[in-house]
Amino acid sequence: MKFGIQVNEGPYQHQSSDSAYQFTKAALEKGHEIFRVFFYHDGVNNASSLTIPPQDDRHIVDRWTALAKEHNLDLVVCIAAAQRRGMLDEKEAKRQGKNASNLAEGFRISGLGQLIEAGIQSERLVVFGD
Amino acid sequence: MLHTINKSPFQTNALESCLRFARSGHSVLLFEDGIYAALKNTRFESLVKSSLTDVKIYVLVADLEARGMRTDNIIDGIKTAEYGDFVDLVANNKSVQAWL
Repeated sequence: MKFGIQVNEGPYQHQSSDSAYQFTKAALEKGHEIFRVFFYHDGVNNASSLTIPPQDDRHIVDRWTALAKEHNLDLVVCIAAAQRRGMLDEKEAKRQGKNASNLAEGFRISGLGQLIEAGIQSERLVVFGD
Repeated sequence: MLHTINKSPFQTNALESCLRFARSGHSVLLFEDGIYAALKNTRFESLVKSSLTDVKIYVLVADLEARGMRTDNIIDGIKTAEYGDFVDLVANNKSVQAWL
């Protein structure tokens, strides 16, 4: 079955980020398809390549990147939520005249339409938030 | 329909609202801080018990144990679930409502 996942909270702040990952992983293990994971609101912080957790802690960002690489996942970060929070890919950094970008590998920045499309194309949309 | 509750009933009224709207045959999954609603001897026990006649209630064991709670202390009739069961619940219900 085709699932869409929405993540509304940032890493190390609320459990929803971990729950979403565990759910996505379990769904893939059961042979389901993940149409898209959409990071909205503070959830965009799950995509920061500058995240450096202590070595004995889980690396939430790298964990998403690895899962995306393994299963060819579409990890989409909401552009409006991202720009408010200082989350930019190279193209946006250049366009906005910023000197750095910080979007982790495996993620892409796009608009809210991607969430609507995930809602339409997926058979189930599962929301994780606070 | 599957309802997911991730808040303690002592924190918000998500559990009470959800159980008021849940219809016969619906399922409810308690996870994250929502697991506290599954425990025996709280002031929500009677509400949960009376709902069990119409709706199926599940509790995510990983989140229960992460909070130092044990499966032998949950209300009779509540089923335990692993993440794989969470996935099955989503697949087996036509829609999912998160009571955030």
